[in-house]
Amino acid sequence: MGFLILNRVFQAALVMIVVAMAAFVLSNYVGDPISNMVGQEATQEDRDQLREDLGLNDPAPVQFVRFIGNALQGDFGISYRLQRPVSDLVAERLPATLELVMVSAIFALVVGIPLGIFTALYRTFWGSRLILTVSLAGVSLPTFVVGILLIYVFSVTLQWLPSFGRGETTALGGWTTGLLTVDGWRAIIMPAITLGLYQLTLILRLVRAEMLEVLRTDYIKFARARGLTNRAINFGHALKNTMIPVITIVGLNIGGLIAFSIVTETVFQWPGMGLLFVQAVQFADVPVMSAYLVLASLIFVLTNLVVDILYVVIDPRLRTERRVKAGV
Amino acid sequence: MTRLFIAICVVMGMVLPAAAQDENVLRWASRGDALTFDPHGQNETPTITALTQVYETLVSRDAALTLMPRLATSWEITEPTVWEFQLREGVTFHDGTPFTAEDVAFSLTRAQGDSSDFRSLINTIESVEVVSDHVVRVHTSVPTPLLVANLTDVFIMSAAWSSTHNVEEAQDFAAGEENYAVRHANGTGPFTLELREPDIRSVFTRFDGWWGLEVFEPHNVDRIIYTPITNDATRVAAILSGEVDFVLDPPLQDLRRLESAPGLQVQQTAQVRTIFFGLDQASDELRSSNIRGANPFADRRVRLAMYQAIDIDAIQSRIMRGLSQPAGVIISPPINGHTAALDTRPGFDPDAARQLMADAGYADGFSVTLDCPNNRYVNDEAICQATVAMLARIGIEVTLDAQPKSLHFPKIDNRETDFYMQGWGVPTLDSEYVFQFLYYTGRRNNGTGYSNARLDELTDLMAQELDEARRNEMIAEAWAIATEDIVFLPLHHQVIVWAVSDEFDQPIVANNTPQFYMGRFTD
Repeated sequence: MGFLILNRVFQAALVMIVVAMAAFVLSNYVGDPISNMVGQEATQEDRDQLREDLGLNDPAPVQFVRFIGNALQGDFGISYRLQRPVSDLVAERLPATLELVMVSAIFALVVGIPLGIFTALYRTFWGSRLILTVSLAGVSLPTFVVGILLIYVFSVTLQWLPSFGRGETTALGGWTTGLLTVDGWRAIIMPAITLGLYQLTLILRLVRAEMLEVLRTDYIKFARARGLTNRAINFGHALKNTMIPVITIVGLNIGGLIAFSIVTETVFQWPGMGLLFVQAVQFADVPVMSAYLVLASLIFVLTNLVVDILYVVIDPRLRTERRVKAGV
Repeated sequence: MTRLFIAICVVMGMVLPAAAQDENVLRWASRGDALTFDPHGQNETPTITALTQVYETLVSRDAALTLMPRLATSWEITEPTVWEFQLREGVTFHDGTPFTAEDVAFSLTRAQGDSSDFRSLINTIESVEVVSDHVVRVHTSVPTPLLVANLTDVFIMSAAWSSTHNVEEAQDFAAGEENYAVRHANGTGPFTLELREPDIRSVFTRFDGWWGLEVFEPHNVDRIIYTPITNDATRVAAILSGEVDFVLDPPLQDLRRLESAPGLQVQQTAQVRTIFFGLDQASDELRSSNIRGANPFADRRVRLAMYQAIDIDAIQSRIMRGLSQPAGVIISPPINGHTAALDTRPGFDPDAARQLMADAGYADGFSVTLDCPNNRYVNDEAICQATVAMLARIGIEVTLDAQPKSLHFPKIDNRETDFYMQGWGVPTLDSEYVFQFLYYTGRRNNGTGYSNARLDELTDLMAQELDEARRNEMIAEAWAIATEDIVFLPLHHQVIVWAVSDEFDQPIVANNTPQFYMGRFTD
């Protein structure tokens, strides 16, 4: 078991090094940062001087080693665009993204699981068919279309919800939260729905499929034969066994939510990491781009690692199989 | 069920609109935020727009772009290389310290520092002499007739405040850290910077101690909240839903929608920015052409043929939706040196163009790559696509390479393009600026490689000529040369469009920099 975890950690570290290299290499091919940093009237000497000062003339390996060394200390340099340390920017933006991801994940779970159960239990009811048909739209509509549709209906036409921003935020130490004010909740409704819609339909369909599968198994039939109530069978036995794959998928998808939040954040001008990244790309703001890539993959790698380890902990079969294979 | 009902009630309570406010709050949005609040950090229009609410300059421009006194009340040339400024009395900074000549001397010196982005505007200044508390003399190395026009973007800071907060030099990228002035401000202007969250929100509050409240008709804006909204559709939705009162850059495709919306007005005016194509006419052969050993663009007939092959009216009506002024010269009407005669194009005439191509020996045409930005000018990429089709009709096979501005402009700087789109604005409102940057031999922004000894000579002369009539003759001669040589292919002058709530009255200005003390809530 210890060996397995060590193995996974080693793999994660390897992935991170590759990502760091990709971030670094990419940074050398996304335009000339110097021309963005100085005005159009700056002289050639100024440009050369700045290039030298920023170390952009050093050999690539030297720059890469410096990059890794600084990154390990959380130092990604100064943003070319905003002229502020990247670590400060990330620290400011991370709460917005994490809050959005959290709320949309909860939304997807709280709505998706009951709907999944409902459609599994009442397969032939017209309401179930309607839910399934509508959920198709959730899978097939691109995020930005959903966002703009919501804005059109609830902001422009009905004028109920704000079309952009995070509303009023409260600072709790270094963390800003919008979840303590009415304004903040009003602002998060549409972005969270937009971001969570795809996850919701995924969970709905997964729960439904798993549930149907489980309901056909022998132990459910046996439970019925024992005369247990429908409630006890459906929720006590069937749902519990349905949840294992659902939790795995949700865990893995948290990383996906963070990645997809780029689009949602742009549409709603949500001041999180994704928006920061998009603007950095347009400006060839290399320090911010590399920081984002490294951080996003770190989150991915960490969630994967945790899920992997949890899987082994939860499911005894995995451990036994390993031992058998290893000949223990 | 009761619980569900309560939950619905709570949600509905949340979505009800917030209560009306007593103070006049101007909420406005544009695509991109200011890059910094350091007054000498970035010479870029959105940044200057934000700064101009808080900081002031010695000389400013009114809504018609004529020079007007601001922190200086009058100015004159006392000797060929000396400008004397009388400074306004009774002006205080937001922190309460009085404004004096020392602050002017400090600020002009700071703006000339190595890390300042404004230094080339005022690089002829040798020293700033403090004569008394409210008189300064600016000594220049050579006669500088345009000094006053160049000072319209150079903001004045407090010497004491800068020293307290250790910001005596403009922000330096290479330093790897931000300075205090990037997110804090202490100007003399009509609004104070209350809150600065870059890319999220900036809040400005009315400065009751502003001198202008007694000099101009007092404004009634108590607070300004600025939010950058990157996405076009969201920005439009924000003003349609009444969440903002002013959008600086509404997308062209939504103008009709905005015009028909109740409670909104769409204003427009010609901008001081002209869009044009540049052609490398100096290289021995083009990088991207099938013609080897010769440069087709070096032949004036080819350049004229291309000029005549561009159907500018089609571009104006179909791509720009009427929001452009076809141009015959790369300076727009407010700029000194512009004349109606200069600003006429040779007629659109594909037949004449084909004949010119044949005369030049390119009856079968040639191939070339057109480099174009796709996020800098209004509909830049669409204009380039249309041009590709128009040039195909005279046999020029154009490959379009449209890229973000961060990739496009270095190609011009590094001479890696044969044929490119460019746009140019003129903050000094004088032709010299254009000759200096775009026509002068070897200048970085002159991607054409064009070189004309007489034009260079005239440019040097006009920079120092104090006699206005003689200077204007030089400008006219220079334009005659430049136009005759067809160095660039002018397209159009851009038009600025603002979307404003009916409740707010803001005069539109051609430099696209709204000064909100000029605005009024009308209720």
